[in-house]
Amino acid sequence: MSTVTFALRDSATMLRRNLRHMRRYPSLTFMLVGMPVVFLLLFVYVFGGTVGGNLPGVDGTGRRAYADYLAPGILVVTVVGTATGTAIGIAMDMTEGIIARFRTMAIFRPSILFGHVVGAVIQSMIAVVFVTVVALGVGFRPNASPVEWLAAVGVIAMVSVALTWLAVALGLVARTVESASNLPMPLLLLPFFGSAFVPTDTLPGPLRWFADHQPFTPIIETLRGLLLGTAIGAHGVVSVAWCLGIALLGFVWARAAFERNVARPAR
Amino acid sequence: MTGSTVARAIAARDLRKAYGDTVVLDGIDIDVPAGSVFALLGPNGAGKTTAVHVLSTLIPADGGTAAVAGHDVAIEPDAVRAAIGVTGQFSAVDGLLTGAENLRLMADLHHLDRAVVDGRVADLLERFDLVDAATQTTATYSGGMRRRLDLAMTLVGDPRVIFLDEPTTGLDPRSRRALWQQVRDLVATGVTIFLTTQYLEEADQLADRIALLDGGRIVAEGTPAELKRLVPGGHIRLTFDDPAQLDAAALALAGSERDDDALALDVPGGSDIARLRAVLERLDRDGIAVEGLGIHSPDLDDVFLAMTGGHR
Ligand SMILES: Nc1ncnc2c1ncn2[C@@H]1O[C@H](COP(=O)(O)OP(=O)(O)O)[C@@H](O)[C@H]1O
Ligand SMILES: [Mg+2]
Repeated sequence: MSTVTFALRDSATMLRRNLRHMRRYPSLTFMLVGMPVVFLLLFVYVFGGTVGGNLPGVDGTGRRAYADYLAPGILVVTVVGTATGTAIGIAMDMTEGIIARFRTMAIFRPSILFGHVVGAVIQSMIAVVFVTVVALGVGFRPNASPVEWLAAVGVIAMVSVALTWLAVALGLVARTVESASNLPMPLLLLPFFGSAFVPTDTLPGPLRWFADHQPFTPIIETLRGLLLGTAIGAHGVVSVAWCLGIALLGFVWARAAFERNVARPAR
Repeated sequence: MTGSTVARAIAARDLRKAYGDTVVLDGIDIDVPAGSVFALLGPNGAGKTTAVHVLSTLIPADGGTAAVAGHDVAIEPDAVRAAIGVTGQFSAVDGLLTGAENLRLMADLHHLDRAVVDGRVADLLERFDLVDAATQTTATYSGGMRRRLDLAMTLVGDPRVIFLDEPTTGLDPRSRRALWQQVRDLVATGVTIFLTTQYLEEADQLADRIALLDGGRIVAEGTPAELKRLVPGGHIRLTFDDPAQLDAAALALAGSERDDDALALDVPGGSDIARLRAVLERLDRDGIAVEGLGIHSPDLDDVFLAMTGGHR
């Protein structure tokens, strides 16, 4: 077998290991789905009646209109949430003795990380499907064509891959499992300071500038455009650029961190 | 392999490793002929695990060279990894998977043919007495079961050189003996074993050669018999109720050492049964009343005291 076949085979083996972990202990997945669902219900039913008027590109007013506006942002929050879970998951896994065993075996080393990343992306897609169903239940009415749906799935997958690599890096540099759960917190807050919950032109000056220039706003606007038909403009290209940048940073950082913390003492 | 006449499975020269100011390995040489069992003996913190980590490519040495299975650990780590199996001091099983799944994971990572995987897994489960527990997650395993699975996982890839870092620490005596037997069975298949331990008895039971690690250096090396010759033998300690009895016993058993404060007498001989019988018969014949008797066998402390001039 060639090097590439070995690399693929080892990565598939590691992926199976991670999927088995998730299946056996689904509580983390449920927790990761729970948070965006709570946000969705809270915002639609508590704030929706007030905020729901005069939203750009959304028909009608009130709760149903706000559900439309909110859903794309909540889907992105879902992806960020599962990425956070990945940081915790990988930090926990690194304390397992079996990782030291993997390091003494002639395997394709990055497969350990690939297994985590692919597993986490699958997990986040499952979570996104679940949250989408709940959003439909509270009034979300997307008007996307099949091609737009496909593109939307592509955007979510792209965001998920990028954030997961970053989360893996954060999980690897974290000294403890606890700090691994704290490090990605800023990521979780970013969508709130973007266009997830309200249009950015309702925000005060400096905050608006920040909202317009951070990665989550173009990503959410792209998704909103695909699902609801609002204008996408340059947001699509900017989103892809952000995701490529974040993915590359996360990938390089994660690989370096994984090679650096050799033989983390399992005491 | 190297240029010597005997093929060496492990050859290390002047290995050095420090963590900050703590010098852990201060230039050690190790030679292990292929097919033999080598024991690195030392107390907690001596640097045994560090030596295993360097030789098994987990961490780089600061200085010196090491070749395992004919490959330099620094230059061709993957060739070394392909030849070795490591059972570390700390459990290296996946706690969320079952015993069988753990073995299967190893088989997949060794790229074993799907056709042989089932047979290999079943074999190892049988051999390590894990058939009943095969479908339970290892989180439910006892310490002894975990150790056995750990060793079984190490064997999945048919390694030629096996590292066992304190394989029986924390095991009850029965599990310890069972594991010793597993190691002997392995040796019979011709593999090379590098073992670390804190117990002289374990090294004595299993190893062809023993090296004593202390203060980052190898302070003594040889066969078990050679090392034991360096150590003062054990003794039988007799205690008495009354000084007169102690006097009488000291007179009867020449060459023994008295401890007047404890009203005790140390008779050379340790756990030698014939010697013990002779001592008891002599005491009986002279009508000496002994209050208590204890047997002291030579242990690691004695070896170290002898080797290091008692600086520990
Ligand atoms: N990763 C590490 N960082 C700092 N010190 C370490 C590290 N690993 C081991 N040590 C120190 O090196 C010494 C030897 O440790 P070790 O090789 O585990 O000994 P042993 O296995 O013989 O008990 C100890 O003093 C230990 O504290
Ligand atoms: Mg140790």
